[in-house]
Amino acid sequence: MSKYLVRRILILIPSLFGISLVLFTVLALAPGDPFEELATNPNVPAEVRMNLRTQYGLDDPVPVRYVRWLTSMLKGDWGFSFVSRINVDTLIMQRLPTTIWVLGCAQLLGLLVALPIGVYSAVRPYSLFDQVATTLAFIGFSLPTFFTGILFILFFSIYLDWLPFIYQSDVPGTGFRWLWNNIRQAIMPVTVLGLAQAASMTRFVRSAVLDVIRLDYINTARAKGLSEWVTIAKHVVRNALIPVVTLMALQIPGIFTGAVITEQIFRVPGIGSLLITSILSNDTPVVMAITFVFACLVVLFNLIADLVYGWLDPRISYR
Amino acid sequence: MDAERELRGMIDDVKAGRLSRRRFVQSMIALGLTAPMAAQMLASAGVAQAQPKAPSFTPTKRGGGGHLKTLWWQSPTLLNPHFAVGTKDQDGSRIFYEPLGAYDPDGNIIPVLAVEVPSLQNGGVAKDGMSVTWKLKRNAVWHDGKPFTADDVVFNWEYTTDPATASVTSGVYKDIARIDKLDSHTVKIVFKTPSPFWSGPFCGPTGMIIPKHVFEPFKGAKSREAPANLKPVGTGPYRLADFKPGDVLRAELNASYHQPNWPFFDSMEMKGGGDAVSAARAVLQTAEYDYAWNIQVEDDILKRLEQGGKGRVEIALGGNIEHIQCNQTDPWKEVDGERSSAKTTHPLLSDPAVRQALNLLVDRSAVQEQIYGRTGITTANFVNAPKQYQSKNMKWEFNADKAGQILEAAGWKKGPDGIRAKDGKKLKMVYQTSINAPRQKTQQIVKQAAAKAGIDMELKSVTASVYFSSDPANWDTYNHFGTDIQMYTTTMTEPDPQRFMDQFTSAEVASKDNKWQGWNKTRWRNAEYDKLWKAAEAEMDPVKRAPLFIQMNDLVIKNVVVIPVVWRPRVAVISKTLREAVQSGWDSDFWNLAHWSRQA
Repeated sequence: MSKYLVRRILILIPSLFGISLVLFTVLALAPGDPFEELATNPNVPAEVRMNLRTQYGLDDPVPVRYVRWLTSMLKGDWGFSFVSRINVDTLIMQRLPTTIWVLGCAQLLGLLVALPIGVYSAVRPYSLFDQVATTLAFIGFSLPTFFTGILFILFFSIYLDWLPFIYQSDVPGTGFRWLWNNIRQAIMPVTVLGLAQAASMTRFVRSAVLDVIRLDYINTARAKGLSEWVTIAKHVVRNALIPVVTLMALQIPGIFTGAVITEQIFRVPGIGSLLITSILSNDTPVVMAITFVFACLVVLFNLIADLVYGWLDPRISYR
Repeated sequence: MDAERELRGMIDDVKAGRLSRRRFVQSMIALGLTAPMAAQMLASAGVAQAQPKAPSFTPTKRGGGGHLKTLWWQSPTLLNPHFAVGTKDQDGSRIFYEPLGAYDPDGNIIPVLAVEVPSLQNGGVAKDGMSVTWKLKRNAVWHDGKPFTADDVVFNWEYTTDPATASVTSGVYKDIARIDKLDSHTVKIVFKTPSPFWSGPFCGPTGMIIPKHVFEPFKGAKSREAPANLKPVGTGPYRLADFKPGDVLRAELNASYHQPNWPFFDSMEMKGGGDAVSAARAVLQTAEYDYAWNIQVEDDILKRLEQGGKGRVEIALGGNIEHIQCNQTDPWKEVDGERSSAKTTHPLLSDPAVRQALNLLVDRSAVQEQIYGRTGITTANFVNAPKQYQSKNMKWEFNADKAGQILEAAGWKKGPDGIRAKDGKKLKMVYQTSINAPRQKTQQIVKQAAAKAGIDMELKSVTASVYFSSDPANWDTYNHFGTDIQMYTTTMTEPDPQRFMDQFTSAEVASKDNKWQGWNKTRWRNAEYDKLWKAAEAEMDPVKRAPLFIQMNDLVIKNVVVIPVVWRPRVAVISKTLREAVQSGWDSDFWNLAHWSRQA
């Protein structure tokens, strides 16, 4: 086991190195620079833009820039944003709590909806409930979040005037009022994301449970007179959830990068909106940091998923 | 020059008290010259500036107005006015920092940190235009309690002109030879050359003043590290509570603000992000917010949202102009490693008939009606504001038949494919612009009309961040101008066209030598124009100076160097309850923030 772990970690290093090289080259070769707004303003002399380009090292050859980025990254310095001129890590840390709160809630909501529906659909396949659930799930994942998001805004904010559609990272007030305001403003983005998540997860849970429920040991459990509830909860779901847990583990890095579109629609100041504004303004250090951290998390959680899988299913051994 | 003599007579009458100031301004309006010109004429002719208009409501005490919520769909990312990338950062900074004078909607200077506006009459402006003397407010203090003094003004000039600081405002301050501190609250700004437009430095959006005691350790190369870039210490009506770059900015009342009984609100916020349409909704439909900035949305949508009755759309006229440029050089031939080299001439566009035909093929009223509505006004002129610089001589028309006749007469005959040709050269052009829905629609309108007249246009659109980048190696930028015609908006950031008009001077021709950073993208060269521009630069008499700009404008338009499409005002949406939230086309949206208040 420990030998396996060491080997996996050793493989991680060159793969992360390769990922960073590819990311950096692609971003460096992409045309454009962050000074778009200075360009059409006749009051900003050309020298200023040229000066900024040199200061930010944009005129150096790509290999030089990569080595500079890599060495400072290894020292823990993520560089600074071209646009706000502050350190990238500060910028990301400011966005992280909101992203984790909103996306975490959405994942939770997705799970809470998907598990019971998925299991029940599988227990009674092709029943009316299953048909309805399947139809809704298909509608759910064929509707993109930018559409449901705008639909929610039009209905709940503009028509009914119940919920705010502009998310505030620091809600004024304290105590219960603060909590209530926070929940109120999170309802729409969380629901939009959670339901989209739930739609595909329901299908996944359903098929996982269906696989297990036909196995012989379930019949045995039933035969020895266990109640239906105990059979489902203890024998079916536990085993059926092994692939679901792995899936969840692989989705955790996604929480970090945020949900680009939904964050933009509801003005949630998360990592996703930071990523999209940075891409649009060619703020390469920020784009680089977010994508690279995302890559690291994906690689890391892949490893964790593999380990968890073995722990859940003792038949799998590591060599 | 009859008009000039008449004007002088009238100005003398005002001076002698035979004519009231008000009457003078009214008769100017009748002549089509409007208030700002009249005011500036009087000021420079030695008649005192109008006193700033008092706000419609004056509170009896500071604060008590609750919370003000404003929405910017691009969010401020840093709060140092000298590093402001775009208006969002200028606006964010303007909450905390103030200039000596702000520009009102007419382009008049309203004193902010200055006691009064310098003029010839009060001796503030030197007769030769070589210097201007500002008296500073003695009761202004920085948010940390230190007094605001002449040293701060001097420091800002040193700070921004230090090349290592890489400040974006340096262009405004580079013509200052030195600043003399006459006493603790008086400064004399000495220019290198006579400066008819002496209010560039220290006024308006580029004039905000940062404190010396906070920024002195971070001048030059260390400028990026200043903590105050994100934690401003200013003199403004509100002080910083919290700032998250790219997200939200919170400010609270400044209890020691230098204007008694202001500000009105106890706290305010500037939220960023999202898109323009939903920002307009948040003000006009749900009233979640009080003010939303720069609503570049199709007018139809705005009109529908406005019906909610919770707010209104405000249009502020500036000088921004969406225009089509005609390349004077050959973009398809490489000379000394450079396309569109000034050594070449354009194979098609060098024929005046072709350019005139193009001018007739831009259906400006269709562009306004179908695309921009109230947010884009048809115009024949490149310089549209302030009013005294707007030419009355130019007319535009849309007439595809006439364009065809002009081309026919010049020998461009239609081929079997419907495209005109002469001497084996076909009238085929590439028309480029940035990716932006209204621009692509405009391209379509022009292309269709051109096809009727026998000109074939290939449309090209480039992502804005590439098109407007300063990358010398990329041929798709508007600087390189690697196509026959191109279209974008040039912004006019100050109520004076001098800097704005240098984009047609020979000295500014974009070329390989200046890494294509010269302002003259069309590469048009004209000795007469250069002479007029030089003359305007040194002309101190505004009555003589305004006609110079009109002549420059007319030269550019008559020669069809550019084809103005629409004049683009600034658009904001404002809650019905807000008072004094008036926009100025010449200054930040927050130029008058100190006087904003809410109706009960």
